Amino acid sequence: MSDVERREFTCVRCPMGCSLTVSLDDGVVTDVTGNGCPRGHAYGEHEATHPERVVTSLVRVAGDFRPVSVKTVSPVPKECVADVLAAVAATTVEPPVSIGDVLVPDVCGTGVDVVATRASA
Amino acid sequence: MRTTPCGHDDGSDVIVVGGGAAGLAAASAAASDGATVTLVEREGHLGGILQQCIHNGFGLHRFGEELTGPEYAARDARMVEADPSIRVLMDTSVLAVDGDDDAFDVTLVGPEVGMAHMSARSVVFACGSRERGRGAIGIAGSRPAGVYTAGSAQRLCNCDGALVGRRVVVLGSGDIGLIMARRMTWQGAHVLMVCELASEPGGLRRNIAQCLDDNSIPLHLSTTVTRVFGHDRLEAVEIADVDPRTLVPVPGTERRVECDTLLLSVGLIPENAVITATGAEIDQTTGGPAVDESLETSVPGVFVAGNELHVHDLVDFVSEEGGAAGHAAAAHALGDADRDAAPTWVRVTKGEGVGSLTPQRLRDPADEVTLRLRVRSRMTDAVISIMSGDAVVKRVRKRVVVPSEMQTVRLTPADLAPVTGDLVVSCSEREGVE
Repeated sequence: MSDVERREFTCVRCPMGCSLTVSLDDGVVTDVTGNGCPRGHAYGEHEATHPERVVTSLVRVAGDFRPVSVKTVSPVPKECVADVLAAVAATTVEPPVSIGDVLVPDVCGTGVDVVATRASA
Repeated sequence: MRTTPCGHDDGSDVIVVGGGAAGLAAASAAASDGATVTLVEREGHLGGILQQCIHNGFGLHRFGEELTGPEYAARDARMVEADPSIRVLMDTSVLAVDGDDDAFDVTLVGPEVGMAHMSARSVVFACGSRERGRGAIGIAGSRPAGVYTAGSAQRLCNCDGALVGRRVVVLGSGDIGLIMARRMTWQGAHVLMVCELASEPGGLRRNIAQCLDDNSIPLHLSTTVTRVFGHDRLEAVEIADVDPRTLVPVPGTERRVECDTLLLSVGLIPENAVITATGAEIDQTTGGPAVDESLETSVPGVFVAGNELHVHDLVDFVSEEGGAAGHAAAAHALGDADRDAAPTWVRVTKGEGVGSLTPQRLRDPADEVTLRLRVRSRMTDAVISIMSGDAVVKRVRKRVVVPSEMQTVRLTPADLAPVTGDLVVSCSEREGVE
């Protein structure tokens, strides 16, 4: 008995914003409809099976009310976003901080580093 | 401390007003052409609004990678700071620009120069834009704390480390509002909803999906905020459905939403306080100065770029435009021998389907011309047409055009060769087969 599922997404690959319907059978993509181009097909497949996001946030700097901005250097699985945000929020770093400094290595075991995107004041 | 109330400082070939993306690019471009440049920045950092835009997605066109705002700003700031022919004045404001053509007298005030006059042969304005506020949209009620423009809240959050509230309603689905709905959620606030007066979202679909849908934030279209409640601090807002055609609130649909914060993301207006005083003609549809293809305003020697010219949606094009203005300002300052003092102007006007357009006129359409425009409404399978009388100058097909995405059309000298009179730029959906 297979588990057939249909899921809806808005394609974000271009301003068309196609409404995609992705059919899955036991977690395997069997069909993508509504896409206007091959990029939409790839997006729908990826979004339905292992969606990922770059997380951008703020890290406190000891002795300064002004935080530094940070990002994950590559996308992390979407289901990890809340944990990544919590880990980043719990971090305080010592100044000085330069752009590109790794502030949280291998955040939440994703294998992805969180780096500074702005230098400390 | 200076002893004279108003001194004279060394002049430059080019003075650039504003150190955001457009100003940084203009300064670098002018300096690379051999001009001496003074870049004047009101804030204590370079990069302007980019410093508070900590999300990623900047620079895809220019650098082929997705940078955050501060990273994008840092690349340009490093170039400017390393350039010996650019002097940067931080924490310094330009109060007035007097004179014209190649003898400008710029009045500025800041810690390094005191209050000073500085001479320049060209001036580039790159002052960015302002947010429309509550006054501009007329919401009834008291004046409690907790009502912010989205950009103010963004700066307080991302630069100053202050979360402005816990229970948030966002009015306006422009990109800054959508980005801030996600930011506030990610910082631990509860964003109850985004209300949008129009029947279509104002921001990019990408941001609807990744800022709202990802975080289960509801978007209420054809809905607005009609009243705020609270004395010292915002306690609630009243929202109401609006008639999609008249945009007037529908009586009987009002409901109260308890919240401590209202963020307004209801549009940007080019910052034209100083440039208007130079006498530069303003285009009422872009809200910025009218320019020719070199981004020169109606005042010879005064150039403008970036959000002060017209509100952009991609910083990559702001930098490109800043560079173009910088090159043109340097050419003017250093003496452009080929320039015709009494040119035959070609007007560029908006036709059907086009809401705003730059440049508004062409001086000497011998070089490549970059047209930037916004359409009035969403169209699929669209054609942007540039006509000169009955002659087709250029036609560009687009799978989709939306008002929230500025369109760019490049015209080559070959395209422009047959131009005999004014140009009309229009956009419509393609009918049948051509």
